[in-house]
Amino acid sequence: MGRITLDKVRKTFGEVEVIPPLDLTIEDGEFVVFVGPSGCGKSTLLRLIAGLEDVSGGQIRIDGEDATMVPPAKRRLAMVFQSYALYPHMSVRKNIAFPMRMAKMPQHEQDRRIEAAAKALNLTDYLDRRPGQLSGGQRQRVAIGRAIVREPAAFLFDEPLSNLDAALRVGMRMEISELHKKLDTTMIYVTHDQVEAMTMADKIVVLRAGHIEQVGSPLELYRTPRNTFVAGFIGSPRMNLIEGAAAADLGAHTMGIRPEHIDVSTGAGQWQGTVGVAEHLGSDTFIHIHGIPGCDPLTVRADGEVSVRHGDTVHLTPQTQHIHRFGADGLRIA
Amino acid sequence: MATQHSRAAARFMMAPAVFVLLVWMLVPLSLTLIFAFKRFMPLRGDRIESGWDFVTFFPSLDWVGFDNFTRFVSSSAFWPSVVTTLVIVGGVLAISIVFGVLLAMLLDQPMWAQGFVRILVIAPFFVMPTVSALVWKNMFMDPTNGLFAHLWRAFGADPVVWLSDVPTFSIVLIVSWQWLPFATLILLTAIQSLDSEQLEAAEMDGAGPVSRFAFITLPHLSRAITIVILIQTIFLLGVFAEIFVTTGGAFGTRTLTYLIYQRVLESQNVGLGSAGGVYAIILANIVAIFLMRIVGKNLDK
Ligand SMILES: Nc1ncnc2c1ncn2[C@@H]1O[C@H](COP(=O)(O)OP(=O)(O)OP(=O)(O)O)[C@@H](O)[C@H]1O
Ligand SMILES: [Mg+2]
Repeated sequence: MGRITLDKVRKTFGEVEVIPPLDLTIEDGEFVVFVGPSGCGKSTLLRLIAGLEDVSGGQIRIDGEDATMVPPAKRRLAMVFQSYALYPHMSVRKNIAFPMRMAKMPQHEQDRRIEAAAKALNLTDYLDRRPGQLSGGQRQRVAIGRAIVREPAAFLFDEPLSNLDAALRVGMRMEISELHKKLDTTMIYVTHDQVEAMTMADKIVVLRAGHIEQVGSPLELYRTPRNTFVAGFIGSPRMNLIEGAAAADLGAHTMGIRPEHIDVSTGAGQWQGTVGVAEHLGSDTFIHIHGIPGCDPLTVRADGEVSVRHGDTVHLTPQTQHIHRFGADGLRIA
Repeated sequence: MATQHSRAAARFMMAPAVFVLLVWMLVPLSLTLIFAFKRFMPLRGDRIESGWDFVTFFPSLDWVGFDNFTRFVSSSAFWPSVVTTLVIVGGVLAISIVFGVLLAMLLDQPMWAQGFVRILVIAPFFVMPTVSALVWKNMFMDPTNGLFAHLWRAFGADPVVWLSDVPTFSIVLIVSWQWLPFATLILLTAIQSLDSEQLEAAEMDGAGPVSRFAFITLPHLSRAITIVILIQTIFLLGVFAEIFVTTGGAFGTRTLTYLIYQRVLESQNVGLGSAGGVYAIILANIVAIFLMRIVGKNLDK
């Protein structure tokens, strides 16, 4: 069980209010991703849940019980740190065994869980090595192993993949998702990478300056962003936000259209612009177009085979059913 | 790590320093070795004719084989001096490491006027051994006017005559006072390099403060502790000034170094003292090799 409820949780460091009162419910078994720009308070929020920071106000409940004053070790939560925080002088086996040893678990039970975790995480051959002798991905797995043997109520991850290279990151992303399917335990995952958020989450929490901007499933956030901040943050490449006449025509202050929802043609279209940079990724081409009033440059996602060059004139048509409208306050107009 | 080329360059640039150091060490070392096998008692009329005698192994002094060596170890003062040396070295090491770790952890806490407090703690290291020993002897340990004597009397107890009742302990105390800052400084830097996420991870794993210290902080400090032991042992084997100005080697505070000093200067037997010096060199090297192994093993991790 791992249902976590934050009730008007606040955090201040001295005079600075990093987290203004915030409410959030995380259901049992859910994979929740906190996402937001650097410094928005994601780590702080996670550490509040873990108990590594004291709340300045409000209440944290785990499975309905008030855990606000409960020390970290007693909250039945396991955390995987960005730096992995492995114990460098202990072997992998001892690292994984450490929480069980602290809990004075019987040796045979410890051994059983270590075997199981090592098998699940492909670490069986490395149990007698020290963390210093492992690759980044392996260290990451040891840190996860150390977390799963405790059979916690929830896992907390703080940017666990940010020290890995791109290829490994994709692999580990899948492994963590699979682990979640297998264990069916609540996971809270902090990242500033919106691709990680989109691919892994059941529920995304978008934060800005300690405020929750929107909570919802990845597709909900993609389809109906509540405001311009979420619209710009979720989706890659980011949504084009166009101000001025084009938006006013639709009765909005800002008009949003995703790069993948714009049709390009060389003949005719609603807008006309010149190609700045065209990024050919093979599967897709991202074209940055100048000369559209209210948005410079405008990004368009086109077919990989499309042949445009710097300086070409192109015509663009937004797909009307995918246009988002936002008011002067940034909020979505339904 | 280093390429062949940069290693060669490093050797080349270190060469002058190594050369000077070698000469600095080799001349006194070879003089000691030669004298150890000679009869050389200036008061009995043994003379060196000229400075060039060094090259011809001092023809005016008689060779006596291993006489000086056997005489040095068979003297009744030898074994007690070895024991005293070990007690002083061991005592100072124990005090400076136990209290060094405690002080370092204390200084690592955020506190008011942190920089100033740290400088205060480091300060004793910059006081010359002779001066600090005299300050201790006259200001603290003097049985009539010393601060300790006043303190004892304030509680109605008879003042301890430190330097004759507990002479070895007093010297350990004085020397520890000088070396504690060194240990604290090195251990403090080591503690500051400990990743706080490791401690937090241990906290989440259910480790209490004692377990966190035993399983995380102490192993992290092990390398720094070995380095402190290594460096301090080598310096502590040669402790002299603190004994010279306090007990003058009396009351069982005669260390190996002090015994050698007495043989050479008080009994004016250079040959015998030199033989003692050779023993001291061998002892120091045994310790050094032993410690280098430990450090080497630690550094490999
Ligand atoms: N111990 C502290 N004392 C004072 N301010 C702090 C402390 N820890 C964090 N902050 C401030 O709180 C804010 C949020 O920090 P936090 O580490 O939660 O950001 P984050 O969202 O995790 O960012 P990143 O993506 O860069 O990790 C920052 O402005 C930071 O400066
Ligand atoms: Mg962070």
